Amino acid sequence: MREATFGIAEGEIVALIGANGAGKTTLLRAIAGAHHPSAGIVRLDGTDVTQVPAHRRVAMGIALVPEGRRLFTTMSVEENLRIAGSGSRNGEWSMERIFEAFPMLRARRKARAGDLSGGEQQATAIGRALMSNPRVLLLDEVSLGLSPLAVEQVYQSLQTLMTGKSTIVLVEQDLNRALRVATRVICMLEGRIVMDGEARSTTREQVTQAYFGLERRRTAVGTGTSA
Amino acid sequence: MTLINALIQGTLLGGYYAIIACGLSFMFGVMRIINLAHGSLAVVAAFLFWAAVERMEMSPLLAPLLVVPAMAAIGWLLQRGILERSARAGTLVPILSTFGLAIVIENLLFQYFGADTRSLAPAIGDLSFESWGIGGGIYIGKLAILILVAAILLLGGLQVFLTHTQIGREIRATAEDPDTAELVGVNSRAVNAVATAIAMATVAIAGMFLSVRAAFDPYAGPMQLIFAFEAAVIGGAGSLWGTLIGGIVLGIAQTIGAQIHPLGFLIAGHSVFLVILFVRLYLTGPGLATFVRAMIRRPA
Amino acid sequence: MSTRTDITVQRWTSLSAGVAAGVAVLAVILAVGPIVMSANAIDKLTTLFIYVILAVMWNALAGYAGLISVGQQAFFGVGAYFAIRLSESGVNVYLALVLAAMLTGVLSLPVSVFMLRLRAGEFAIGMWVVSELTRLLVNLDPLIQGDTGRSLIALSSYSTSDRRAFTYWLALLSLGALVGLVFFLLRSRIGSAMQAIRDNEEAAKSIGVKVLAAKRVIFVLAAVGCAMAGTLWLATSTTFQPRSFFSIQWTAYMLFMVLVGGIGRFEGAILGAILFFLLESWFGATGVWYLIGLGLAALLFSLFLPRGLWGVIEDRFRLELLPVGYRLRMGGGQARQSTDKQRTASPTPGA
Repeated sequence: MREATFGIAEGEIVALIGANGAGKTTLLRAIAGAHHPSAGIVRLDGTDVTQVPAHRRVAMGIALVPEGRRLFTTMSVEENLRIAGSGSRNGEWSMERIFEAFPMLRARRKARAGDLSGGEQQATAIGRALMSNPRVLLLDEVSLGLSPLAVEQVYQSLQTLMTGKSTIVLVEQDLNRALRVATRVICMLEGRIVMDGEARSTTREQVTQAYFGLERRRTAVGTGTSA
Repeated sequence: MTLINALIQGTLLGGYYAIIACGLSFMFGVMRIINLAHGSLAVVAAFLFWAAVERMEMSPLLAPLLVVPAMAAIGWLLQRGILERSARAGTLVPILSTFGLAIVIENLLFQYFGADTRSLAPAIGDLSFESWGIGGGIYIGKLAILILVAAILLLGGLQVFLTHTQIGREIRATAEDPDTAELVGVNSRAVNAVATAIAMATVAIAGMFLSVRAAFDPYAGPMQLIFAFEAAVIGGAGSLWGTLIGGIVLGIAQTIGAQIHPLGFLIAGHSVFLVILFVRLYLTGPGLATFVRAMIRRPA
Repeated sequence: MSTRTDITVQRWTSLSAGVAAGVAVLAVILAVGPIVMSANAIDKLTTLFIYVILAVMWNALAGYAGLISVGQQAFFGVGAYFAIRLSESGVNVYLALVLAAMLTGVLSLPVSVFMLRLRAGEFAIGMWVVSELTRLLVNLDPLIQGDTGRSLIALSSYSTSDRRAFTYWLALLSLGALVGLVFFLLRSRIGSAMQAIRDNEEAAKSIGVKVLAAKRVIFVLAAVGCAMAGTLWLATSTTFQPRSFFSIQWTAYMLFMVLVGGIGRFEGAILGAILFFLLESWFGATGVWYLIGLGLAALLFSLFLPRGLWGVIEDRFRLELLPVGYRLRMGGGQARQSTDKQRTASPTPGA
């Protein structure tokens, strides 16, 4: 990652797109606190959280669903959820509610996370992040390695989230889906932001051009208030 | 000594080895650190116990209430002061730093307590030599049974702790994937400090038993470390109970070896260890790391 | 590829050439030592030579092969044991010293097949177990009467001053040979392999670096070196006592010398040995506090000064005395060196 500056408003759903190696995962991890930027500031509600370690950011309301899911494979689904639930942030999400949102997990609650199918693992990973009742949910490539059906199921479950007040940043390779679910689109290329605009006013062509760097044009950045 | 007797005595000895080995395995499983000062720390516990009973005239039943928390606190400090920094610097630095620490500890003990070997066997009176005869010339020491029972309770307790408490889950998560654990809200630094404190608590128990079942001196640490390591590696069976199995195998090998030659006790133990390590390397592949990680992770 | 700049690869700089010349002069001076120096000085230098051998060997293992062995005393003791055995069966005593070291090297080969498959921590303690087992097995030999030990009787056939001189020369020769071997090893393909392994073992394997073979070479060399140190020590102390030759203290000394001098640095090992020698002469008599100091120094250096004193000197003065690296000389410009100094992370292996 070279350099990025942007703000997110509460309730926005930001799609972060770009080729592999563009810096999307690094950016999400920097927001979550797993990655320490060599320079720059991360602010949550105006508070500088750059020095705050990742586990405290969870308590402050930032949760990341990591690329590749990264479940605790030797622990059960239930244990994976429980582990995240100790954050004690109040909110609508509890183990029960997560089983409602992802019904296929209920039957598998005692199963070893490593034995689950791809779709079930993704659901567990998302549920795990939700257990901390985050204000900002970061989703890193939730469709990675999943069958189209599973991806569909995941996004359906995410619908309730999307229509709520949650602030979401998601990395998604499927441009169509990204444009469909997001309110805002940020495109990254080689560690920099090359496009940042409202989803509904952005065309596929514009995105494609930015994605491949065909037209290095930087649009105005930071139209929202800091999140 | 008949074979049956050797098996029984060896099994009882295994109980002690399980106690001293589980802390070493635990720390390696959670933090990937082999603590070369492990044995010396057990000797510290033995001396603390001895000092509490002999110098402060505490009852041997009450003294553990002092020794165990003291060792746990030492463990916490150890983690925050030395081990954390060592682990960050690479996989080899902890070996170097804990070795240096071991030298400092044992020589400080020598400086403060002198070279005499001590034992607290007198303090527990008849318990140190009383036994039950079960016929056939076989006697089972009461103390030895006590230690074996304690080992089983300790391992069982650790198992329950890891499976059913939130901190236990956090420890298991941190052991598997510290990075992701942080991302779900687990304070991995605090977790590691707790894990070390728990490991040191087991070391405290081992040290106290060491002081009553045998004699100890400031330089007894290395031997205890080697026994703990051998028991942990032999038992690689994929669960916490592996240290018990390993301890028993080691104990039996040593007891049988002792019948053959005065040096047989140690020779047999080391040889069995090397043979089993050899077999495991060539037949199944995984070493201590995988075994221990499996031990920590599998709840039942 | 552009051919605008002439780039030549340099192995030597004027500084390192100067140092090499200096070393040659030093070698000559040392060689005539027994003729001009006092008995005490000769004894002390012999001890120093032994320490340097130990330091360079342990450094080669830990710093270059990434193998931290807490059991090198196994070879130290076995070397001395074989020397006793060979001498008692009629071999000329000084020849026995050298043969014993060779024999130990041969024996270390099967040990390496087994031990090198272990991971770091397991290898460390595993070697310790091997050294303990070796000590016990040696004790089984009725010739070695347990803690009483056995003297290298054949030495008494030489006069004291002859014995002193011969031992000194053998020590100097061994030092030169062993250090020279390590030096040339580091300059060779194996040295580059070691560097690659240190930086990233997986990556090195993937480009075909024969990791295991390289480690094995260093392992056997270190065994021979430590064994030679052991036989030389036997020659100075004349009596072989298993407990003292197989003592963990030797590892403590080696660890200290290399950590304080500078792990992975050829010059560092030598500096560490000299420092250790001096500290021992000044403080050795204080007994336990001296040992506590050693342990504390090892602990603190491993945590805070992982590159050792030589690492500090290197950083301050940008010095590299011995030509084990590669330098690129740009046509007509400054020589830019590319040795392991370029890495900003600590060179302590295994990061």
